[in-house]
Amino acid sequence: MKKFVALLLVLTLCLSVCFTASADVADVKLGVILLHDENSTYDLNFINGVNDAAAALGLSEDQIIMKRNIPESQECTDAALDLADEGCTIIFANSFGHETYLLDAAKQCPDVQFCHATGTRAHTEGLDNFHNAFAAIYEGRYLAGVAAGLKLNELKEAGKLKGEKPLMGYVGAFTYAEVISGYTSFYLGAKSVCPDVEMKVQFTGSWYDYNEEKNAATALIAANCDLISQHADSMGAPSACEDANVPNVSYNGSTVESCPNTFIVASRIDWAPYFQYIVNQAAAGEAIDVDWTGTIDTNSVVLTAINEQAAAAGTAAKLEEVKAALVAGTTKVFDTATEGFITVGGEALTTYMADVDTDDAFTPDTEAVADGYFHESEYRSAPYFDVRIDGIELLNQMY
Amino acid sequence: MSEQKKTSVHEPLFHLAKRSSVNPVRATLIRVAAIVLGMVVCGLVAFVLIEKLNQNPGKIGDFYNCFIKGSFGTERKLWKFLKNMAVLQCISLAVTPAFRMRFWNIGAEGQTLMGVLGSITVAFYLGGKIPEWQLLILMFIAALIYGAVWGLIPALFKAKWNTNETLFTLMMNYVATYVVSYFLVIWVPSGSSTLGKLKFGKLPPLPFGNQYLLIILIVLALTALLFVYLKYSKQGYEISVVGESVRTAQYSGINVQKVIIRTMVVSGLLCGVAGYLIGAGLDQSVTTESVGGQGFTAIIVSWLANFNPLMMIVTSGLISFLNSGAAQISQDFNVSGALPDVIVGIILFFIIGCEFFINYKIVFRKSEAAGKGVTK
Repeated sequence: MKKFVALLLVLTLCLSVCFTASADVADVKLGVILLHDENSTYDLNFINGVNDAAAALGLSEDQIIMKRNIPESQECTDAALDLADEGCTIIFANSFGHETYLLDAAKQCPDVQFCHATGTRAHTEGLDNFHNAFAAIYEGRYLAGVAAGLKLNELKEAGKLKGEKPLMGYVGAFTYAEVISGYTSFYLGAKSVCPDVEMKVQFTGSWYDYNEEKNAATALIAANCDLISQHADSMGAPSACEDANVPNVSYNGSTVESCPNTFIVASRIDWAPYFQYIVNQAAAGEAIDVDWTGTIDTNSVVLTAINEQAAAAGTAAKLEEVKAALVAGTTKVFDTATEGFITVGGEALTTYMADVDTDDAFTPDTEAVADGYFHESEYRSAPYFDVRIDGIELLNQMY
Repeated sequence: MSEQKKTSVHEPLFHLAKRSSVNPVRATLIRVAAIVLGMVVCGLVAFVLIEKLNQNPGKIGDFYNCFIKGSFGTERKLWKFLKNMAVLQCISLAVTPAFRMRFWNIGAEGQTLMGVLGSITVAFYLGGKIPEWQLLILMFIAALIYGAVWGLIPALFKAKWNTNETLFTLMMNYVATYVVSYFLVIWVPSGSSTLGKLKFGKLPPLPFGNQYLLIILIVLALTALLFVYLKYSKQGYEISVVGESVRTAQYSGINVQKVIIRTMVVSGLLCGVAGYLIGAGLDQSVTTESVGGQGFTAIIVSWLANFNPLMMIVTSGLISFLNSGAAQISQDFNVSGALPDVIVGIILFFIIGCEFFINYKIVFRKSEAAGKGVTK
C-alpha cells in the first residue's frame, strides 16, 4: 500500500511538472513584425523560422501574431504597441531599421520582452526588456567558401580557368559590416583550400533589386570571374550564373530548382532555434540574453543540400571536416595568426578597433583582434568585421 | 441623335448616354451600392484565397468584422486611424489646387519626401546645438522650402516651355528618392543607409489628449483654409478659370503662367507641411520609403472627392479605413501581405467604376422605342 501511495505521489509530481511546463509555454504569445512578406526571401526565412519553432514547441495558432509590411518608421512603434495590446508577451522585429522605433515601444511596455534581429543597440541602451540577436553567419559563409574553393581547384586542374589565377565575383548589397564580414569569410573559406584565389566585389546599393543584382553578376562574369556568390535577396545573381553557366554559391536558401547546372550550395541563418529560445526563456520567467549569437553548433547557421551536379567531387566530406573543426574551435574563420592568410596592405592584421557600440559619430571603440583571431560577433551579436583585406578588390563602394 | 439612329439599319443592343443632370441623392445611393457590392466581391475573393475561410466558412463574419476592428478595435487603433487619415488628407489637400487647374501633378510623393528630407536635414545638422523650439521652426521652414522648390521646378518648365507636367512631376519623384539615398550615404558612414530615429526635433504633443491630436488638428485647420482659399479667394477663382479653359482665362486678363507657377508653389508648400508632419511629428528620420506611396493614393482621394477639400475628409477616411481593415485581415487570418492590396484594389475598382454610372447611363435598344432610358 505504501509503495502504491509513493508511486502515486511520484506520478502526480511528474504530471504536475509536465503540466506546469507546458502550461507556461501556453502563456506565451509571440508577436512578429516583418518588414515585407513571403515574397521577400529575407522575410520568408523568418516566417519559416517562426513556424518551425511553433511546431517544435506545440504553440497554437492564436499564440502567434504576424504583422507584415511594417516600414522602418513610427509605424513600427505603433505596430509593436498594438501587439502589446493584443496580449503579446514577446515582440520580435526583423529589420535593422526597426530598432530605434522598437526601442520606443520597449520603453513604454516594461513588462513585454522585445527582441530585435540584426540590431546593435541592446547592449548600450541598458533596457531589461530589449534584446538583440544575430547568428554567426560568417561560419556558414566560410563553409560555403570552402565549397567554392574546391570547385575552383577542380576548374584549375581541368584547365578551365578563365584567367591565370582563380577569380571569384561577389555581388554585395551595401558597403556595410554585415556584408563585408560575409564576403570576407566567404573569401577566406575559398582561400583555405585554394591559396591563390582572388575576388572582385560589386555593390548594388539595395537589399533587393533583381535587375541590379543580375547586371552586377553579368558584369563580374564578363570580367573573367570563374565563380559568383552574393549577399542580396533576389534571384538576380543566381539566374545570371545559370544563363552564363558559371558556378554559383547562393545565400538565404537553395536555388537548385531554377539553377540546376550551376548552384553549388547555399548558407543561411535558421531563426527557429532563436524563436524556441526566447519562448522557452519567457515561459520559464528567465532573462533573454542581451545579445544572442546563434552558431553553426546550435544549428542557427546551416548549409542547404549540396548540388552534386555542380559541386566538386568530395565537397560533402570536406565540408563535414571543416565544420567539425569550426565547432571544435580548432579552425578560426578570421584567423590572424596563420602567416599570409589575412593581410592588409601586405602586413599581418595584429590590431583592429571595431565600432561595436553604436554612437552618432560611429567611432571605433573595441579592440577585436586577440589570441590570433578577429573576435567577430562576440562583443555584440551583429557583425562588426569591416576590414578591407588583401586579395579582395572592391569595384565600387559607398552606398 | 436618337431619331437619326432609328432610321439606320443596325442599332447596337445598348449605347451610352451622358446624363444631363446628376441627382445627388441617386449619386450617393450608387456610391454606397458600389461599396457594398465591392465588399461582397471581396468576401467571395477571400473565400478563394484564404485557406482558413474556405475550411471554415462561418468565419466570414470575422472577415468583415476585421474592417471595424482594424480602425476602431481599440483606442490606440482609433487614434492611429485618425493619424493615418490626417497625413493622407494633408497630401491630398496638396495635390488639389493643381488638379482644379487641370495641372496633373503626380509629384506629391516626391514633394512630400523632399519636405521630410528638408526638416530632417535641419534636425541632423543643428539638433542639440540650438534650442528645440528654434530647431522645430527651422525644420518647418526647411520643409516648406524643399517642398515648394520641388513643386516649382516642373511648374516653371510647364509655364515657360509647356513641358508635359505629368511626366515631369513623375520623374521628380524618382529624383527625390535618389537625393534621399544620397544623403543617407553621407550621413551614415557605417554604410547601412539607415539613419534611425534622431534625438532632437520632435514636434511635442499637446498637453492634453493623444500624441497624434496635434497633427490631426493641424490638418483640419489646413482643410478649412484650403476650402476657403479655393472657394472664396480671387486666386482660387483664377485657378478654376484656368482649369475650365486657358483661353478664357487669357481673354479675361488672367496671367496663366503666373497662376500655374503660384498654384504649384501652393501645392509644394502643402506637401512640405505633410513632410514636416511625417519628419518632425512622426518618424524623426527619413528613408526613401518615408511617404510610402501616399503621394499617389492622395490623387485618388482628391479625385473621388471631386477636388473638394471638405469631401476629402470622407474619402481619405474611407481609404485609411480600408487600409487598416485589410491589414487587420492579413494579421488575423495570417495571410500574405499582398492580400490587403487585393482587397483595397477591388473596392477602389468598384468605387471608381461607379462614377461612370453616375455620369453616364446605359440606353438599351428596345427601350428606345418607349423613349425612356433604362439605367443600371
